[in-house]
Amino acid sequence: MIAQVGRSAVAGIKAVGRFGQFVSDMVRALPDVATWGRLTLVQMRRVGVDSLPVALFIAAFTGVVLALQASYTFTGTVPLYFVGTLVGKTMMLELGPVLAGLALAGRVGASMAAELGTMRVTEQVDALETLAYDPQSYLVVPRVLAGTAMFPVIVALAILTGILTGWLASLVLLDLSTQEFIKGLKLFYRFKDTWFGLFKSATFGFTITLVGCIVGLGTRGGAEGVGRSTMQAVVYSAVLLLVLDAFWAMVLLR
Amino acid sequence: MIQFQDLHKAFDGKQVLTGFTLDVKDGETLVIIGYSGSGKSVALKHVVGLLHPDAGDVTVDSRAVSTLDRTRLAALRREIGFVFQFAALFDSLTVADNVRLGLERRDLPADEIAERVHEALALVDLTGTDGRFPAELSGGMRKRVGIARAIALRPRYMLYDEPTTGLDPVTSAVMDRLMVRTREHLGVTGVVVTHDMRSAYTVGDRIAMLYEGRVRQVGTVEEIQHTEDPVVRQFIEGRPS
Repeated sequence: MIAQVGRSAVAGIKAVGRFGQFVSDMVRALPDVATWGRLTLVQMRRVGVDSLPVALFIAAFTGVVLALQASYTFTGTVPLYFVGTLVGKTMMLELGPVLAGLALAGRVGASMAAELGTMRVTEQVDALETLAYDPQSYLVVPRVLAGTAMFPVIVALAILTGILTGWLASLVLLDLSTQEFIKGLKLFYRFKDTWFGLFKSATFGFTITLVGCIVGLGTRGGAEGVGRSTMQAVVYSAVLLLVLDAFWAMVLLR
Repeated sequence: MIQFQDLHKAFDGKQVLTGFTLDVKDGETLVIIGYSGSGKSVALKHVVGLLHPDAGDVTVDSRAVSTLDRTRLAALRREIGFVFQFAALFDSLTVADNVRLGLERRDLPADEIAERVHEALALVDLTGTDGRFPAELSGGMRKRVGIARAIALRPRYMLYDEPTTGLDPVTSAVMDRLMVRTREHLGVTGVVVTHDMRSAYTVGDRIAMLYEGRVRQVGTVEEIQHTEDPVVRQFIEGRPS
């Protein structure tokens, strides 16, 4: 029992050490712009443009559901234009960043872990090193920068989509006028609502891509190892994303 | 000159190399033979710093690999071409881009890079495959692209990790011919890791057998062919125990 606890503690300390080493290696690779500059643009397209449909799809339906649930909750007691308030606030502060983040943890995090894991087990990462490339410059920095830069863009578009579909649902299904919806939307709006969601999504992008890279490059053991890494990347990213979400709420919204 | 000096390496408590000592002389091709899992590839990866020794070291022209900082390790790697067991080509890049990748790291003018890519692919008889992707090539062709990628760098040393494994006899013979041609064309010092004895006899100037983590015997092809060591004899004749 004591030995088991000791082994777990040592494994935990080693994992923290490896994480620290990985991040420090990544920071050390930042001056190598000649390597990661061009590759970052490629990754920005993959992370950003290719992920947009799934994020917008989720946001579109979330906007409709939010409007209908708000109306259902408010009936008879709260003026209906508060539907606009609830849709706007919820999309900007929470559901836009978190739902898009969770969807992209599956799409982006998993695909990065699988891609880098496959490169690891097929010795492509070793080959890069023998060609005098730093895998951090070539593989990690472009992905993490692309994730950090593109997540806020995706989330901004997701928020707009959610508000747009919430407005359409209010018009068509709730007999709410456009003026009333906008009145509600503006009611308690603060600029912080916007930057908080976007800042939070940048940290989600950083975390999801970093986890995908760490787990992917740590892959061992062939196809089974790649499968395990892919699953771990999604689980770790989702857990960290929810922890970060609570952390930023405590730090920035109190 | 490459020197393996009392190299020790273990994975998860299992000793793989236990005092591996061997010198590779300039200009020669030395073949390391041994059973699967005996640590041949492990030893080879120490030469380019892909693995870090538990004890001992590898020196390349008197530079102890495990003590080099990142800049000097990168400089050393520029002198060494490494051909991986399964080629390790980049799936998302074309054949030409795979060969070009290492050259782009060397501040060469674009026309020289293009010339070297063309020349390297010609040397491995793959002219005209520039635009194809690794998934569209056979195993033998992929390995030849791996060789082209290494020789395009015009290295001083070539390391081959199981170059004929998984290939049919004819394609294996083609690979052997390529390794000989590469040495003649570039005058490189080579280390070949294999358990294919026909290949070892064809490409090697000397052969060393790795057994239980250290060198069991090293000698010329003729000395190995006429060895009286029962372990080496059994291995080269492929007799089950």
